[in-house]
Amino acid sequence: MQPNRVNPFTSYDPGAYYCELTARPGDGGSAALVRKRITTIGLDALRLRARAAERDLFNLGITFTVYSEASAIDRILPFDCVPRIIAAKEWAVLERGVAQRVRALNLFLADIYNARHITRDGVIPPQLVYGNANYRPEMEGFPVRFGTYVHICGIDLVRDEHGAFSVLEDNARTPSGVSYVVENRHLMMRAFPDLVAGMKLRPVDDYGRRLRNAMDEIAPEGIDNPQVVLLSPGIYNSAYFEHVFLAREMGVPLVEGADLTVEDDKVWMRTTAGLRRVHTIYRRIADDFLDPSVFRPDSMLGVHGLIGAWRRGNVTLANAVGTGVADDKAVYAYMPRIIKYYLDEDAILPNVETHICGEPAGLAYTLANLEKLVVKPVGESGGYGITVGPRASRAELDAARALLIADPANWISQPMISLSVAPTLTDAGLRPRHLDLRPFAITGRETWVLPGGLSRVALKEGSLIVNSSQGGGSKDTWVLAE
Amino acid sequence: MIGLQRHTPLLTRDAEGLFWMARYLERVENLARLIDVTQTFESPGREAESWGALVAIMADQAGLKERGLAIDAASVKHFYLLDPVNPTGILASIEAARLNARTLRPLISTEMWMQLNVFHGDLLAIEPWELDGDALSRLCRRIKEGVQAHTGITEGTFFRDQGWHFYEVGRLIERADQTTRLLDIKYHLLARGTAEERRVVELTQWNALLRAAAGYHGFRRVAQAGFVPADVVAFLLGDTSFARSVALCVGQMEWHFSALRSRYGLRDTAPVLERIEDLRVALGEPVLRLLPNGLHEFLDSMQRDLASLGELIGTMFFRDWRPLKKRRLEAPDAQPHSQDGQSHDGPPQNDPPQSGQSQSQGQRTP
Repeated sequence: MQPNRVNPFTSYDPGAYYCELTARPGDGGSAALVRKRITTIGLDALRLRARAAERDLFNLGITFTVYSEASAIDRILPFDCVPRIIAAKEWAVLERGVAQRVRALNLFLADIYNARHITRDGVIPPQLVYGNANYRPEMEGFPVRFGTYVHICGIDLVRDEHGAFSVLEDNARTPSGVSYVVENRHLMMRAFPDLVAGMKLRPVDDYGRRLRNAMDEIAPEGIDNPQVVLLSPGIYNSAYFEHVFLAREMGVPLVEGADLTVEDDKVWMRTTAGLRRVHTIYRRIADDFLDPSVFRPDSMLGVHGLIGAWRRGNVTLANAVGTGVADDKAVYAYMPRIIKYYLDEDAILPNVETHICGEPAGLAYTLANLEKLVVKPVGESGGYGITVGPRASRAELDAARALLIADPANWISQPMISLSVAPTLTDAGLRPRHLDLRPFAITGRETWVLPGGLSRVALKEGSLIVNSSQGGGSKDTWVLAE
Repeated sequence: MIGLQRHTPLLTRDAEGLFWMARYLERVENLARLIDVTQTFESPGREAESWGALVAIMADQAGLKERGLAIDAASVKHFYLLDPVNPTGILASIEAARLNARTLRPLISTEMWMQLNVFHGDLLAIEPWELDGDALSRLCRRIKEGVQAHTGITEGTFFRDQGWHFYEVGRLIERADQTTRLLDIKYHLLARGTAEERRVVELTQWNALLRAAAGYHGFRRVAQAGFVPADVVAFLLGDTSFARSVALCVGQMEWHFSALRSRYGLRDTAPVLERIEDLRVALGEPVLRLLPNGLHEFLDSMQRDLASLGELIGTMFFRDWRPLKKRRLEAPDAQPHSQDGQSHDGPPQNDPPQSGQSQSQGQRTP
């Protein structure tokens, strides 16, 4: 049988958007080579192999679980087999930009929980920081090793129609997705060795070792051989696979709250041989649920007395408590100024142009251009309360206007962003789909950025929403070594 | 830092999970064996009788009654192979095994998880037609082979640390229990007719039983030419060369707990080893004394003893274990101690399959 060799790119048209598989200076011809190889494979074979690859993911249990009323369904994060390529030079900038941002986030946290210079100097309104729901008074005056609060950070980047990257969001609490970065690469090597052959790619396998290293570094001082654990809410958490992945990669126990106990302000885990001291906890549980005796008393996931043990310096938590104030949307708007304030540098990665409605100029501009802007409440996450001007009705715009005027400080606005696209395998063949990029940074004593990151792709035509809960998929992200 | 860590700690929750994952999988295999042999026992016109025997040894009369099911071939097969809510059925066991495996994913090999995951999907897809005629035997074989693949993958890939010992103990305790059940099937199946007819039927039954336990050829090698039921019983219970004999399982459990004690310093193995010793003594009883009338009672008490051994292991090492304050491993000089549970005598239980508390206490995220 003669395979169907229709050129899969024939009907691929990215339009005005930036295409991530565009040949560009410094890519050493890789983009063109990948296009050529995909064409050689042909659309039919590509489909068959992509389907087999996804079945592989399912069987391997590289899944997240969706709960409906009566049943639990395992879903894979759909994997798109066309890789996304980042040239070495492009990456060098992103890497420096991410590291700079993490440094600024940590300096900011150290400042607001201690000397409070930045608010005294009027760089950011005190109310925004100290009145923030994620501000934790428990952190005040509490020293953390190496001044690192955000040990694991994920920074969401988008790329505009000119190919310029900017930061859409900081994730400084418990960012997830890194397991897919590594698993996507493994899958790519298994299922599409002919796409990868000969490509000089920066490896992604090193994440677990780096993370373990950082967790060892931040353990309480004077501990020679620290016991690190990963604290998970358990198998019903949608990110459970990632917890498994990270525990395995680090070679440390995956514990649940009930496995830990606090006595004499020290944390112990229950083992078959008795209680064993724990020194560093990479926790994948939100602040609120960590310790029912301090935060939410109804938390079944946490450990009584954990915060006490931590304040005594007997255990380290990663990330530290109270980092949520730094990745807040309103604080985000001030990030370029925060970077300038602490580092005396311009932000390497710009913010998406953001108008702070709490400032008169920002409010005036937003009100005057409402139909062109995306208006977001600062306190919410998950896409709630957003008005997308160009797609809103007259009534919706009026409602947004009323809310803005009533409480300007609760809002920011941004222009519609033309997210870049990449060829993505769909029922209709290769089609442009929007995507973003979440690089991951690990910080103990120093910051290390995983080459690449998670490329999340919106599988629905025209959609800008890349979240896995809303039909997003992912791609293997190649950072070229040279 | 260089050098390998000699012993990694094992969470009590994980020890428990490994023990139960292995138990549930062994249970799946044995149920397939029991169903297979039951079908072999079917004699024309008296099918209900042999399926009734299966229900009796599984202590499931009440369970069937609750569902308003009669004890006939179709209902019983459906009950064990297709009913997802029957706690003694194959689907509940594989579900529980997989749930445990999910909590154990940081410890078990990727290959173990993948096979179990696929096998689980395979069992969920069993179709009603596979329960009839010659398809049933093929289905039973497929189920057995699924568990055997798991066992083989485990043998070839699972890290041999503490966790492996708990895994093996779970498998062995379940296997010992299931062999007593298999043997007990004979108690519930009376041969009828003339003396000669009875002799022939009995012979067929014992042979089928040996085959179900994968012991037929082994038995042939060690038994006298003349067929004596007492020899079959002695073989299934006491022949330590036979992989599914109770004596071999008990002996291996003893070895595992000795290893946990000597290599990993688990002191709470002492009361467990004592209990195993008791089992060994009981197994030493001459079989002839049990026949023809004492066998069922003997098997019953053996099942109770295995159940209470399981409970004791739980008290000593699993989640219900409450550590004493002294035993903290920061200082390496943890002191020996005794525990409340040392003289613990669990209540007698006839039906360990039902008492198998399923390990499903994960918490939902808020």
